[in-house]
Amino acid sequence: MSLSLLIDIASGALLLAGCLLVVSGAVGLLRLPDFYTRTHAGSLTDAAGATLLLLGLLLQADGWQSGVRLVLIMLFLLVTSPTAAHALAQAARRDGERLPAGDDEGRR
Amino acid sequence: MTGGHYIFWFVFVLMVIGLYAVISHGNLVKKLIGLNLFQIGVFMFYIALGKVEDGRAPIVEEGVEVYSHPLPHVLILTAIVVGVATTSLGLALAIRIYEAYGTIEEDEVIERDKAAEQDGTAELNGTAERDGVRGGEAGP
Amino acid sequence: MSLLVLMDVSLFTLLLATALAITRLRALYEATMLTALAGLLSASLFVVLDALDVAITEAAVGTGISTVLFIAALRLTRSREAVTPRRRLWSGGAVAVLLGATLLYAAQDLPPFAEPDTPVQTNPVTQTYLHESQEDIGVPNTVAAVLASYRGYDTLGELVVIFTAGVTVPLLLLRTRRRAERDEAHAGEEGAEGGTEPGTEHGTEHGREHSAEHGAEHGAEHGTEKGAEHRSARAVVMSEYRVLRVASKVLMPFILLFACYVLFHGDYGPGGGFQAGVIFAAGFVLYSLVFGIGEVERVLPWPVMLGLVPVGVLLYAGLGVANMALGGAFLDYDTLVPGHPEEGQHYGILIIETGVGITVAAVLIAVYYSFANRGARR
Repeated sequence: MSLSLLIDIASGALLLAGCLLVVSGAVGLLRLPDFYTRTHAGSLTDAAGATLLLLGLLLQADGWQSGVRLVLIMLFLLVTSPTAAHALAQAARRDGERLPAGDDEGRR
Repeated sequence: MTGGHYIFWFVFVLMVIGLYAVISHGNLVKKLIGLNLFQIGVFMFYIALGKVEDGRAPIVEEGVEVYSHPLPHVLILTAIVVGVATTSLGLALAIRIYEAYGTIEEDEVIERDKAAEQDGTAELNGTAERDGVRGGEAGP
Repeated sequence: MSLLVLMDVSLFTLLLATALAITRLRALYEATMLTALAGLLSASLFVVLDALDVAITEAAVGTGISTVLFIAALRLTRSREAVTPRRRLWSGGAVAVLLGATLLYAAQDLPPFAEPDTPVQTNPVTQTYLHESQEDIGVPNTVAAVLASYRGYDTLGELVVIFTAGVTVPLLLLRTRRRAERDEAHAGEEGAEGGTEPGTEHGTEHGREHSAEHGAEHGAEHGTEKGAEHRSARAVVMSEYRVLRVASKVLMPFILLFACYVLFHGDYGPGGGFQAGVIFAAGFVLYSLVFGIGEVERVLPWPVMLGLVPVGVLLYAGLGVANMALGGAFLDYDTLVPGHPEEGQHYGILIIETGVGITVAAVLIAVYYSFANRGARR
């Protein structure tokens, strides 16, 4: 009884943290000043937010079949989303997208 | 709920937006994008008809009694793949039109056709081809 | 307000916002990316509406393959739309609003959404598909049972449509040798400036295509000097995308394995020939985007590819003929294993799904080849 309650609390906390990261990623995507920081915010949503959500779901999974599937999804997300972010940033660099000029720009 | 029709209203708005893009935009690729949106609306309509409250996906399991209807799923599943095949055919035609006319705007294509008609049909082939080469340079 | 309503409304709102943004954008690359987003949103909606098989297909087609095809087509044409004259907007809007009003009027007669006693649910065919199919066919995934067995003729027809598109697109886009020679003569007349490839400076704007383009050029290149130049240019690009290359190389076998899983597990879980074919094609398209089409051509040469296009259709129709030879009706799988109709159905569905998978994958890869080669040889 107490163990299942503990698991529920842990998964709830993980899900909440994941949701917070996703929301902060979305806010960052809208508010950050230049392309690279926005890419960073976007990839954060994918990599960290989704991983936390999946970990939270993993604690709630009934049966090992769904557990294995969730772990596989997590592994693939951990490979693909940083790769996509890197490719995006690299393409922007090739295209001549500049970093923000000075500290004043970045802080705004 | 107000008659439980809300999802159909969403679907209809999506169809209207798709049709608007097809009719009012002259760009052939944009028309195909609009057609894709319209298609998504039609898909949604079919799938929504098969849905039951508290239903499960139509994969028979023990202990589950209520399933959504599988027939719309079958129809739409094939329709999506047929849809991408027809879209690719449309895109191929758009590319050929661009190579022949140097544009994928409907109005400009019609204008060129009219101009070529006035010049006489004998020259039509020649102009179209030369325009195609020139268009290829200026294009992207 | 139930959870279903909440999810439907929020996802549909996002979908409609995306659709509106698409109609307003004049930059077609952006519009294409938003179309991919619309595909992803509609795939999520399919999951909410219990259509898992449809969701897999839409996710692979809507966000993967059709986006790549649109981008490939935009590369060969113009990526910016002309301003639409105002009178056209009005006339188009009027027709669209008229359609919307008609549909809304007609919607009053529609059965309410998700109720258990709608005509769709009370029709006797529902009972057949959901419950009797377990005795007749014994496949838990009723979508696969309906697709391959109950409505086998219909699916054969759809497959022939896809096959036709797979024949027509290469016919429209592939260059015959005579045409290529004539074009070369033309280019010579036009002078040196005609020879510069319009693709190269364009490709730098879009990193991913850049590599694909160079790969495609590399694959089509015959002159050794030019080929070497291209190869070195491509090596520079490739070295900058090392992470992408390594990740795609690692993921490639898993994508193909997943396609096989979707195909052969389709009787028990969501999946089947259409989904598997689409995922298979998406894997190859990803590989050729990253490594260049020449690399894919080494694995799957063009003639083999074109040869595979009709193989699936022939397998499908051939099974029907075999059924007739065994004394049943066309596509009556009961005859495959005499005395055990259920087992026959099982084999029949598996063969059909394999045929569908082969043709769908071959057609989509062939279509992508034709688009990419057109770009390389221009």
